[in-house]
Amino acid sequence: MTDTVAIVTGRRARRPPARVTRRRWLPYAYLAPALLLYGLFLLVPLGRAAQFSLYEWDGLGASTFVGLDNYAAVFQSAQLREAFAHALVLIVFFAVLPLALGLVLAALLTRARVRGLGFFRTIVFLPQVIAMVVIAVTWRQIYAPEGPLNTALRAIGLDSLARAWLGDYDWALPAVGLIGTWVSTGLVTVLLMAGMARIPREQYEAARLDGAGAVREFLAITLPSVRGEITVALTLTIVAALKTFDLVYVTTSGGPGTSTTVPSYEVYRLAFTIGEVGAAAAVGIVLTVIVFLINAVVNVIGERR
Amino acid sequence: MHRHHRMVAVSAVGAAFALGLTACAPGSGSTPPAEESPAGEVSTDVDELGDVTLSVWDQEVRGGQNEQIEQLNAAFMEEHPNITIERNSQAFDDLATTLRLAITDDDAPDVVQANNGRNTMGAFVEAGQLRPLDDYADAYGWFDRYSPSILQYSTYSEDATEFGEGNLYGLPQVGEVVGVFYSKSKLEGLGLDVPKDWAAFEEALQAAKDAGETPMLLGNIEKWPALHVFGPLQGSLVDAEEITDLGLGNPGASWTTPENEEAAAHMQGWVEDGYFNDGVNGTDYDAAWQSLAAGDGVFLIGGSWLAADLEDAMGDDVGFFVPAKEDGTKATTGGTGLPFAITSASENPDAAAAYIDFLTSDDAMDVLAETGNLPVNDTAEHAPDSGVQADVFATFGEVTESGAVLPYLDYATPTFADTLGQALQDLIDGRVTPAEFTETLEADYSDFTAGG
Repeated sequence: MTDTVAIVTGRRARRPPARVTRRRWLPYAYLAPALLLYGLFLLVPLGRAAQFSLYEWDGLGASTFVGLDNYAAVFQSAQLREAFAHALVLIVFFAVLPLALGLVLAALLTRARVRGLGFFRTIVFLPQVIAMVVIAVTWRQIYAPEGPLNTALRAIGLDSLARAWLGDYDWALPAVGLIGTWVSTGLVTVLLMAGMARIPREQYEAARLDGAGAVREFLAITLPSVRGEITVALTLTIVAALKTFDLVYVTTSGGPGTSTTVPSYEVYRLAFTIGEVGAAAAVGIVLTVIVFLINAVVNVIGERR
Repeated sequence: MHRHHRMVAVSAVGAAFALGLTACAPGSGSTPPAEESPAGEVSTDVDELGDVTLSVWDQEVRGGQNEQIEQLNAAFMEEHPNITIERNSQAFDDLATTLRLAITDDDAPDVVQANNGRNTMGAFVEAGQLRPLDDYADAYGWFDRYSPSILQYSTYSEDATEFGEGNLYGLPQVGEVVGVFYSKSKLEGLGLDVPKDWAAFEEALQAAKDAGETPMLLGNIEKWPALHVFGPLQGSLVDAEEITDLGLGNPGASWTTPENEEAAAHMQGWVEDGYFNDGVNGTDYDAAWQSLAAGDGVFLIGGSWLAADLEDAMGDDVGFFVPAKEDGTKATTGGTGLPFAITSASENPDAAAAYIDFLTSDDAMDVLAETGNLPVNDTAEHAPDSGVQADVFATFGEVTESGAVLPYLDYATPTFADTLGQALQDLIDGRVTPAEFTETLEADYSDFTAGG
């Protein structure tokens, strides 16, 4: 097996691999096992979901074909529209804020020769490693009416700010969003640090000789150099924002009222608690399309030179 | 070359989609419900059946619940060595979500614990996934064993349009009653007796407030806990039959009545008067009863299932009561634990029925009481001498015999748990008026009853 690979790559070094081009099916034979699994566990379920979305079905009995009615309902239902709006708000908390924080943190951590850099990097990255359910349970405690956050606010005399964060109609969504910020920042920072480490030091020296300050250096050298990393970071965090489920499920169940519902939670609610599987599938498909569209835009902008 | 790759990839995706789309319509591939057994075919002699494996899905996962079911399963298998019970137990919420998938599977479990309401048992009956048990009930004498007021909560018409009348689809093991838990020492400290009726209860709340205590604890971040506060409160003001129609989702009642609106106004008034802890909608259900145990409040309205945990934490300091209505009777939310039902797909309904019979027998009631559960039958006989469990047993007996057991309001329609949970959070937050609250509920209820 390893021999074959070596021969193929060895030939490629000199000229195009003749044997491979002659037998066009060969690359696909190598791809087949992975493609089969991918198709079976991803594409087929996706196709089935698209199919389900055309039916009215309670998940138990017979189904009725309703065409695009479920999609119409997604756009007509105030509660579902609200859920999608919440997801867009979460993008700010999951992607935009962490990117801003991450750029500053990464620039500081790469430039400053601090002792124990590894330690700080680990701390910043730690939220990524913990299961989202654990994070959600922890933050639920932190946001509780008698929890640490309110205790801290009262201790410094800000009693008027203390509130039941997750039970407050205005604050619940930002409170949930900030958990996302806390989680995403580590990932974004570490990605950006990797990018910044690749920037040749000479560029900074040259800039400094030209009289550039730290801010100028950051804008002229650092930021353009990590464009690729920013694209990757935004793609990952936007996807995370749009498909958030566990965080909302554990912290607020979409409440109070409907103030923190998100599309993924609606999929769960429709399919499992209300028994409208068709409508749930339609929400899921619409969400998938939105995720693709937003990320396509991010990548087109990110790769443009 | 590059383009070629893409084309192949695209056509592969297309093929996968086509594969998905040409597959049969959803629901058509599931097990067709087995033919109903003609009368007289049922057998209670399960030792004749040969070797049988019975797959049982239950939600008896908490301490005492798990203990009783393990004891009873072992005893059943000892009595019938030819039957093996394959138990699959999941927490209440998990079972509710997985059962829908499991019950339509070709390899569906034989016995399942299905929540009474229209969302679960009602939906299963409508889809023909549960077997009517009337023939077994006759054979085993279940109609004598149970009071009709209990059995109505697992009774549906065959098309599931009527709830409370028709065929029997399941038997519960335990009873449940929602009432007021209180700290005896706190009440004594306030110089108050246990409130006899709702007026006295509200006076006690005010007295507790004046004394600087938190009168009543509620954690409603999960949305459903407030249902258990609103239920008994509604029971004190609205006619029991009206509530039963509303709660079972049968036509003929209305949410937009002055009485229902008054109940909502009381609930909102309690918030405005500061009778609850701060931030009700942001407090955990568990944190609320733990606060009572920690001595941070006087009253807590909740279900009898909390009694065991509260007794562990508070010992003799915790008591339980239901305030009486103006006419002196008691009406409160309650009913039964989740009933055990037999699936239509079960290949061994005789063994399954024998199992359910065993789980609900007189001996089983003894086991239930010994393990700290509230037996649904002969409750008074099993009451302990003292402690909060004695209060709970006595209250359950009193409510079922001389008062009115009101259904959980979320039984009403498939979406009612959601609608009412959200509406109550809105009401508590003061975002809707009591009138708007009842209109929201009426819309859900009348949509369902008109369509059903």
